[in-house]
Amino acid sequence: MDARKIDENTWELPAEGDMRVPARVYASARLLQDIRRDQTLAQARNVACLPGIERMSYVMPDAHQGYGFPIGGVAAFDLDEGIISPGGVGYDINCGVRLLRTDHDEADIAPRSKELLAGIVREVPAGVGKAGVTKLSRDVLKDILTRGAEWAIENGYGRPEDLERTEERGRMRDASPDEISGRALERGLPQLGTLGAGNHFLEIQKVLEIRDERAAAAFGVRGVGQVLVMIHCGSRGLGHQVATDFIETLGNAYGVSGLPDRELVNAPFKSAEGQRYYRAMCAAVNYAFANRQMIAHWVREVFGRVLGDARGMDQVYDVCHNVAKVEEHVVGGRSKRLVVHRKGATRSFGPSRPEVPALYRTVGQPVIIPGSMGTASFLLAGTREAEALSFGSTAHGAGRVLSRHEALRRFRGERIRDDLARRGIELKSTSWKGVAEEAPEAYKDVEEVVRVSDEVGLGRVVAKLGPIAVMKG
Amino acid sequence: MAREGAPAMERYRILPHTADGKFQAYGETLEEAFANAALALASLVWDWEAVEPAERRPVRVEGSDHEQLLVRFLGEVLYLFETRRFLLGRVGDVRIRRRPGGFGLEATLAGETLSDRHELHGDVKAVTYHDLKIEACDGFTVQVVVDM
Repeated sequence: MDARKIDENTWELPAEGDMRVPARVYASARLLQDIRRDQTLAQARNVACLPGIERMSYVMPDAHQGYGFPIGGVAAFDLDEGIISPGGVGYDINCGVRLLRTDHDEADIAPRSKELLAGIVREVPAGVGKAGVTKLSRDVLKDILTRGAEWAIENGYGRPEDLERTEERGRMRDASPDEISGRALERGLPQLGTLGAGNHFLEIQKVLEIRDERAAAAFGVRGVGQVLVMIHCGSRGLGHQVATDFIETLGNAYGVSGLPDRELVNAPFKSAEGQRYYRAMCAAVNYAFANRQMIAHWVREVFGRVLGDARGMDQVYDVCHNVAKVEEHVVGGRSKRLVVHRKGATRSFGPSRPEVPALYRTVGQPVIIPGSMGTASFLLAGTREAEALSFGSTAHGAGRVLSRHEALRRFRGERIRDDLARRGIELKSTSWKGVAEEAPEAYKDVEEVVRVSDEVGLGRVVAKLGPIAVMKG
Repeated sequence: MAREGAPAMERYRILPHTADGKFQAYGETLEEAFANAALALASLVWDWEAVEPAERRPVRVEGSDHEQLLVRFLGEVLYLFETRRFLLGRVGDVRIRRRPGGFGLEATLAGETLSDRHELHGDVKAVTYHDLKIEACDGFTVQVVVDM
């Protein structure tokens, strides 16, 4: 069975066998070629078999194989008949991206960019197993799990207005820290306020191109050369442990024998175990919001110190790309509440959705799509059409095409650093091997990904951003 | 595969996988394959061969089946690394026993605390059940995918 072409960028896998709904892929022919190379389509079909799934199992243009659900998968389930699955969220709960704007121009900071990067590297702990500077008690950690970015701002990390520029205002209210295991707390305690490693990064960027003046203006992006800062990280070991714990808990409660992949383990959303996972996941989401809030604060401090002031460093937005949320969507002509899983997918709500902050209500929410290390990233605006196309979702990044193993075989970290340096891009990392694994060539072409998003209407391209200085975890 | 008398038995092999870490570990017994899987996991983050077996940490895990037992055992290695900064260098005395409701595993992990002497080169977030295989055929082979 193969994907049936609907139009230039839309493909469908009809419901067959145990599939309750069709699966739909948004990709160009070229991206579909990459997607076909691994298990992505089989995984999208498996998701289509899950109880209570509504409309379709969706695959975003940057999709690749995950465990259970594909990365770049979107699926929504009925609250009564449907399920919730840790595999539909991923291990790095609320892995996401925060974007800060500045009033600085590329030319202003060019002589100081080395100093800025060095300052950020000093302030923001990064790398494998790296502990943060904040010593926390378990009680404080539980407060953070309950209140997310609100906690961070009350404790001096950031500005109150950052909250309205964060998905969920930086706090999921259904969070319950009591559902977080001792082991997850232990992993979370030393890691708050750290970037982590792998594909996580912090970049000083500049605007390369503006494609939608009106939306750009609304987002505080005023012209080519303007400096921005992008932060990409998640809930660290705490989130990973929550996923691990509940894959086990749900497996023990509901069994895994009927599943084509044990990572598809799930529970009815309204069951005791389903609710426990949901509340624990919300708590991990809050941890990640607090994490990015603290990192953003340190970035502002460094800019303030090096450039004299951090004025104009407003937050554009903060998006989650690994999460499950209860949202209202139209299904079969009726509006109903669903639990929408976005795994490696970004919410892309258009104007008029109540979740979109008032200041962006005329243009849609900002959607932040990081490219791979050292390549372009994009700022998009959510659309109204996306609600009907993908439950209001679009891509989350470039998506890998080469294994880490293969990237290590082909590339050298030091060489990548030198190549970037020749293009005027500074790079700092705790591991050259890590840099080689994240080589730009190991990823799909993010331009192609956002082009498809734009053409299909999942999210409109507003601006293209390029790196000035990169800190890789 | 494990071969008696072979001078240097292959303990594990890292396999290509698009986004994550995948490996197979081998042993003449299930215990040996589990021990080698722990070293394979360690090799994704640090050079376990350069780690002195200075500290010994007994671990004990239970699982409803061998798969869960393996995921929990490897989870223990990750947990000790993240929370105690413990680098595994050797795995000793692995014992797997059938017990009510499943299986139990006991082992002694030997290694040392992370210091400047060691270089870390990868970040394993979690051990997954995806494509997890435990096969008994001419010894034992286990296959694991970890999220990186």
